[in-house]
Amino acid sequence: MNDSMMVYHTRDKYADTSMPDPEQDTFSKTVLGFWLYLLTDCLLFATLFATYAVMHHETFGGPGSRELFSLPIAFSETMLLLLSSVTCGLAVLSAVRNENKKIILWLIVTFFLGASFIATELTEFSDLIREGHGWDKSAFLSSFFTLVGTHGLHVTIGLFWMCVMIAQISIKGVTVPTFRRLVVFSLFWHFLDLVWIFIFTFVYLMGVI
Amino acid sequence: MFGRLTLDAFKHEASQNFAVLMMVLTGMAVFGLLFYLKRWKWLWSEWLTTTDPKRIGVMYIIVVLLMFMKGFADAIMMRLQQALSVGESHGFISASHFQEVFSAHGTTMIFFVGMGFIFGLLNLIIPLQIGARDVAFPFLNALAFWLFTAAAMLMMISLAVGKFSTAGWLAYPPLSGVEYSPDEGVDYWIWILQIAGLGTTISGVNFLVTILKMRCPGMTLMKMPIFVWSALCSMILVIFAFPILTATLFMLTLDRYLDMHFFTSGGGGNPMMYVNLIWAWGHPEVYILILPGFGILSEIVPTFSEKRLFGYVSMVWALLLITFYSFIVWVHHFFTMGAGPGVNSFFAIMTMLIAIPTGVKIFNWLFTKFRGRVHFTSPMLWFFAFLLNFTIGGMTGILLSAPPVDFQVHNSLFLVAHFHGMVIGGLLFSLFAGFTYWFPKFTGFFLDERLNRYAFWCWLTGFLLAFMPLYMLGFMGATRRLDHYEASTGWHPLFVLVAIGAGIILCGATIQVLGLFWSIKNRKKNWDHTGGDPWNGRTLEWSISSPPPIYNFAIIPTVNELDPLWAIKRGEAPPPIMDYEDIHIPKNTPVGMYIGGFSLIFGFAMVWHIYWLAIIGFIGIIICVIFQLSGNDEHDLMTAAQVQEIEEARMPSHLKRGEFI
Repeated sequence: MNDSMMVYHTRDKYADTSMPDPEQDTFSKTVLGFWLYLLTDCLLFATLFATYAVMHHETFGGPGSRELFSLPIAFSETMLLLLSSVTCGLAVLSAVRNENKKIILWLIVTFFLGASFIATELTEFSDLIREGHGWDKSAFLSSFFTLVGTHGLHVTIGLFWMCVMIAQISIKGVTVPTFRRLVVFSLFWHFLDLVWIFIFTFVYLMGVI
Repeated sequence: MFGRLTLDAFKHEASQNFAVLMMVLTGMAVFGLLFYLKRWKWLWSEWLTTTDPKRIGVMYIIVVLLMFMKGFADAIMMRLQQALSVGESHGFISASHFQEVFSAHGTTMIFFVGMGFIFGLLNLIIPLQIGARDVAFPFLNALAFWLFTAAAMLMMISLAVGKFSTAGWLAYPPLSGVEYSPDEGVDYWIWILQIAGLGTTISGVNFLVTILKMRCPGMTLMKMPIFVWSALCSMILVIFAFPILTATLFMLTLDRYLDMHFFTSGGGGNPMMYVNLIWAWGHPEVYILILPGFGILSEIVPTFSEKRLFGYVSMVWALLLITFYSFIVWVHHFFTMGAGPGVNSFFAIMTMLIAIPTGVKIFNWLFTKFRGRVHFTSPMLWFFAFLLNFTIGGMTGILLSAPPVDFQVHNSLFLVAHFHGMVIGGLLFSLFAGFTYWFPKFTGFFLDERLNRYAFWCWLTGFLLAFMPLYMLGFMGATRRLDHYEASTGWHPLFVLVAIGAGIILCGATIQVLGLFWSIKNRKKNWDHTGGDPWNGRTLEWSISSPPPIYNFAIIPTVNELDPLWAIKRGEAPPPIMDYEDIHIPKNTPVGMYIGGFSLIFGFAMVWHIYWLAIIGFIGIIICVIFQLSGNDEHDLMTAAQVQEIEEARMPSHLKRGEFI
């Protein structure tokens, strides 16, 4: 059993102790702190969702969601992101088994899935703008681009973060800090997946049907 | 090359030029003094790069003091203008500059004085009260401070370069939209708040994890000091409210920079959406400020009444209820929007309900004093002033919560009097009480009590003179943010009275600042000879030496009751066994300061649309973050022998083992 597994399997044992032993306690503190950060991010998205809910009929004479959105594209984006969540999970599992090469492999796969998602989204955006439905045309389009774009921005940050993780793991291997960061990263990535499910449901599915 | 930044940005009115000159001269004097005293290395390694929450707390309070002077100067200017600018006379500031002044006053006082003071005290007190050696994330703590400071610096820069916002402290659109405020003012406001708000969110996460995860053994939630409870509730509010602010400002930014239509008059936008969102943050924000104030008083009143706090459990539930209610009252800030009787009634009733848990607190404090041995020290004087003003402010708040009344006095000086009663009479007075109470803990000596009392009486009389007439003026129809009015209104005598009141407050504040320096200079005379427990304290922070060693507690205490130190003093609990151990101390790091610096560059560049500089700032931030995220977990180790040496030299003799009783 390596160090990281020790941390992973014994974290419950350390969860309730308040002894400030930095090696052991950092894991549980970081994970709790990150969950709280995700909560703040959740509220950020909630605000954008609420704004979209208020604004999505304000098309200012332009076409609405039914005319503009394409379900097949949104569905393919959903699949890409869901699949990337699976591969991200596999990367963490490889880390628990301490298989460095597999971690990097799965992270690279996750990266390409995430990058394809971003590429699809950018294509969708640029098509809309080229057809004259840019964000400056109506409140509806402003709130659409902002909500979906903010999610896209988060995914892009995730892609950069993934590059840093790949570099760290190939240089340092699985250590206590890199394992912790990998776990936290996977939380972030799954969270983005969850937000996307809401976007897919509320913006695309309910917008088209 | 320089975006919209031209030489015109440096041309100001006389009063502003004077302020800028003073700012530059003071800055140069400080720099010169540091060179003269050869203190740069000391400043760098002991303060600027520190991750010790006690030092960070002190730095917060220094920044707060500077920002307080700025916000206070704004207030004095407004009061002077309103006393002079009647009928034929137009005072000494132009209308547009007056708008900048009141916008800057509100922004400074809420974001930099109120929030800064709260986070300063949290840094100083929370780890000590929960028996911890540090906060959960020392680096993030330093980062949050530097973001706060970067935002404060951007605020000061807005005084010297270009204009500040003229749209009020909450910048309602469409006035704050690009159509009606095309210049850089609102952009300054947006980026200042975004940077400060990010720091606040980070601090919120940090302190919540600290309180949830790092309490000493035995300290269950219901054994935490009330100040820790109030901080916990306040940080929960931070986590729930600040993302709304971030998102709302983000949308306003997109409206202004990318021609979007969230809050514009045209394009299907809805300005009232902004007002709803900003108050969905703004109302919790006022509780983020006042809850720690309640916590401070709940520490002070029992200590100076020599009685345990009356109704601890009800105090906790009152805090939790206020935390909950604060999210469902935001519409009371704009009943005049016309949401209809159903909606307005709901928010009116919810607002009135908040008075119940708040009343519980007031009565708990009163009952704590009942049959106690009350010491009339200056923290207690601040408490009495709080009681008076907070109750008046609270009662007028209940008046305002009734929509029919609110329709009459909406945006009048009655409202201004109400919320200043809450933030000065409520928040600021309790912060002063806390500052005086905990000052000896972090310095080893007292603030000069005589000067404290002079300052107190100036503040109290000045406050009553400066704000009670505003209630009357409000009823007489005077609206807020007036830079000029006609003599026939009959307001002039009251405005003169108000200005005199502001002058008396100024005397009080001056005595406080001079008193601080006086106390530092005469510290030998005001020395705390108990070594760490000058007030017969109840909680853990008084069980260690003053100022506390870097690791706070040589031995992590074990707690079995509410007032652990009193229990030890009475012999009801055993004193800690001095079995020293090695202690890990996080390393100093300048990265937090670098990120703050790059954020400042980024914010400034965005305000002036200097995009190449913004990119540099942004890349700088990214590089620092990646660097920080790639380090190994490194700590300095302090050996048990070193700890023992420090403890034996510093620990006050009566607090050593076996000498408690």
